Order: sequence, then C-alpha cells, then structure tokens
Amino acid sequence: MTANRVSYTLESSLQSVNMAEETAQLIAAKAGFDEDNCVRISMAVREAAVNAVLHGNAYDPRKKMTVAFENTGRALVITVTDEGGGMDVNSVPDPTTPENLLKQSGRGIFLMRSFMDEVRIRLLAPGTEVTMVKNVSGPAAHPKEASK
Amino acid sequence: MSMKSSIRQVNGITIVDLSGRITLGEGSVLVRDMVRDLVTKGQRKILLNLGDVTYIDSSGIGELVSAFTTVRNQGGDLKLLNLTKKVHDLLQITKLYTVFDVKDDEAAAVAAFK
Repeated sequence: MTANRVSYTLESSLQSVNMAEETAQLIAAKAGFDEDNCVRISMAVREAAVNAVLHGNAYDPRKKMTVAFENTGRALVITVTDEGGGMDVNSVPDPTTPENLLKQSGRGIFLMRSFMDEVRIRLLAPGTEVTMVKNVSGPAAHPKEASK
Repeated sequence: MSMKSSIRQVNGITIVDLSGRITLGEGSVLVRDMVRDLVTKGQRKILLNLGDVTYIDSSGIGELVSAFTTVRNQGGDLKLLNLTKKVHDLLQITKLYTVFDVKDDEAAAVAAFK
C-alpha cells in the first residue's frame, strides 16, 4: 500500500456503510474537492457500499466488504468490493424512464454514475468490484467554471 | 444524526416535520412506518416537511416514492415541503421532481390540497 492508497476490510453491516461514507467524505475533502463534490463522492460510495453489504453479501457475517481509496494526483479512485454472488448490471433498468419512476428501488447505480466521472463494474469469482473515479480537476470538479 | 419526526394538523392536512437523515435502515424505516400508520388511521392528505432533512440516500428516495404511492393508492395525496438544495438536486437528477408536488411555502402547500 502506498501513501496515497488506503484500504479497509469491513463487516457486512450498516455501520460499515456509514463508515465508508464518512471516510469518503474526509478523503475527498483532503484531496481538495469542494463541499458539493465531497457530498457527491460520499453519496456514491454509500450507494456502492449499500449494494455490497445488502445485495452482494446479504449481511452475511462471513463475507467482507473492502473499500479502497487511491489519490493518483489526477483523480480519486475508489473501489468497493464484495464477496457476494455477483451483480448483473444489465438487469438494472433505467430508473428515470416513466415505467420505472415509481419503483421503490434501483437508483443506486444510477446515482453513482451521476455523481462520479467514471464507474466500472466488474464481476469477480465470487463477488462484484465497483470502481469509481472522480477527476481532481476538470469539468466534474469545477462545474461552475466549466459552464462559464 | 438519526431521523426525528413530529406530526401536526393544519386545516385538515397532516403535516409531518422530518429532521436528520433518511437512509437505509435508519430514517427510511421510520418514514415507511409513519406514513402507513397515518394512512391506516384515515389520514389521506399528508405534507412531508423536509426542511431539516440533512441527507437522503437512494433508499430514502425509495421510501418517499413508496409513501407517495401508498397515499395515492388510498385516494389521498402526499406533497413535499421545503426541500434542501441536496434533496432538491437528488429529485431533479432522478426525475422525481416531476412526480412530486413540491412546495416551499407551508400555507400555499396546505391550500393546494383539494
């Protein structure tokens, strides 16, 4: 582990979800993101952690969630990994279409993609790895400047 | 900060003042139980005041949608009041702003119920 990378192996619990969210907020602030982007990043991490704990590991105490943060200097790269049965991304419909708007669930991945610059989902054997990238500079970090 | 709620009546409208976080396993369950309880007791016109809600995740959004459909399915109406910028932005992103009737003035919100 380098000085710019930190990884946490956590129980499959809501406390772990909260810890992942709070840690993301702190690391994003330390990386220099403004308040709005810190909230977006921590919210994306929360959604990924909820998917890992709830849908992936199904609160199984034998299964762990790993959350890793890496500041490359150009971007904050966050990886959330579970040990569940794997997630079929294609089975998650677009929650913003009229037929899905009133569904209670299915917005987590959509929010991750909305808040981060890049989201990659990879099936492991077993488990799912979600990698989220937020560029330190550029349009996503400074949307107001970009719109000028 | 965990979620808190208080309920009051204004001109026949049930106003629920919520504060704190509406997230998985915390506030979301409270919202679900509270709205179902109100509907069971015959309350059909519900105004959720989210002015002091500091944070909401996708589970919380889902509970707001569920509350909306629960009340609508009983012939009632559920509106939202005083969205913070964070919650407003979330509803915009998820396109739910077009679903909910959102107000920023309590008197106007109460008057908007038929």
